[in-house]
Amino acid sequence: MLDWRWDFTFEIMPRMLWATLNTLMAAGIGYAIAIVLGLVLALAQRTPYRPLTFVVREAVEFIRSTPLVLQIFFVFYVGPQYGVTLSPWVAGMIAIGLHYAAYLSEVYRGGIESVPKGQWEACTALNMSTAQTYFRIIIPQALPLSVAGMGNYLVGIFKDTPMLSVIGVAELMHAANAIGGQHYRYLEPYTIVGVVFLLISLPSAGLIRAFEAWVRRKLGMS
Amino acid sequence: MSYLDFLAEHGGRYIDGTLITAAQFLLAAVLAILLALIAGLMKLSANPIAKGVAVTYIEFFRGTSLLVQLFWLFFVLPLFGITFDKFTTGFIAVGLNLGAYGAELVRGAIQSVPKGQWEASYALSMSPATQMRRIILPQAFVAMLPPWGNLIIELLKGTALVSLIAVSDLMFEARQINGSTYLSAQAFGTALVIYYVFARLLVTPFMRWLERTMRRRMGRA
Repeated sequence: MLDWRWDFTFEIMPRMLWATLNTLMAAGIGYAIAIVLGLVLALAQRTPYRPLTFVVREAVEFIRSTPLVLQIFFVFYVGPQYGVTLSPWVAGMIAIGLHYAAYLSEVYRGGIESVPKGQWEACTALNMSTAQTYFRIIIPQALPLSVAGMGNYLVGIFKDTPMLSVIGVAELMHAANAIGGQHYRYLEPYTIVGVVFLLISLPSAGLIRAFEAWVRRKLGMS
Repeated sequence: MSYLDFLAEHGGRYIDGTLITAAQFLLAAVLAILLALIAGLMKLSANPIAKGVAVTYIEFFRGTSLLVQLFWLFFVLPLFGITFDKFTTGFIAVGLNLGAYGAELVRGAIQSVPKGQWEASYALSMSPATQMRRIILPQAFVAMLPPWGNLIIELLKGTALVSLIAVSDLMFEARQINGSTYLSAQAFGTALVIYYVFARLLVTPFMRWLERTMRRRMGRA
């Protein structure tokens, strides 16, 4: 039956906490890539060049409807076949960043589309260039509308980082697998992983809701 | 080796893998829908115990990762004396995880049914069960179908993780083929395309059809 060993728990705790930092770092870097790349993907779908719009649209759909874990393998293993060797961290960050960029581009798209039409017309009337229209008028208004979706995906990317363990990124799940393999004890490491995830993701979901409410209040939207 | 030769040699394994993925997908979807319905209704219940159980289930499974839950079920559950084979563990983990997300959709959709509908069915002295089954749930069902379409795609993607506990699904076959041929672009690329076709040409059109049919049956087409 079940025997939880506290001495073993405390023995592996420093290693698990260290790996937690790596998990947070992976989520942070991946999210930073996704935020920027997502905006590029969203704007590329609004250009008047039909072929570009079509290709980006289909690429976003493709990334969104295929499993992240398969994409991670793809990025990691395809490079060496053509002479480009990527470290697990680099391949992992590209894969997870690209995956969430596709999701965030949809969030931005929704935000941009909900900016009232009069704003666009006013920009045209003021003879603003396309770049000025986007960066000075539209995006500043679209971003607050996107905060809720962006927050959900921040928690989402954090919860998807365990998948990076499959190519050997030394995050929490990888540490738990390694410890389990060394000591033939899986109960404590996997339970710690679950608890760490709960302890981080539940409060951050609450914080994000509070932040969202704060943004809305600041902008006089509610 | 041309890509056609690659397909001729390994196509059979991709088909086997796709069938396993389809089975995992269907079983996990049935489980997720049942759990979502039960947990969604329990969360709206006035009984604090039922509500507490539902909230705990939803927050626990939404707060941790599917991969963590899968490994926990696979490696830790046997220590409690409960052993499933890996195929069963796979779809149970995916179903439990996505069921928690679905429960929130069910709850939101039931709450979005206008108050007048509840009052009218109460005025007609329907029992709570009849009221739920005949009046509220059919309307909630129509309201929650579009977000369920996205969730079902997430569920399909989630089934790829069962390969990590050695269920021989599509993802598993792709890794095996990659390991024996070192043709990574072909091995993983083919699997990516199959997942994409499955999602875009089978699952999404089915969900759209279901949305249209249900709207029509509710007289809202």
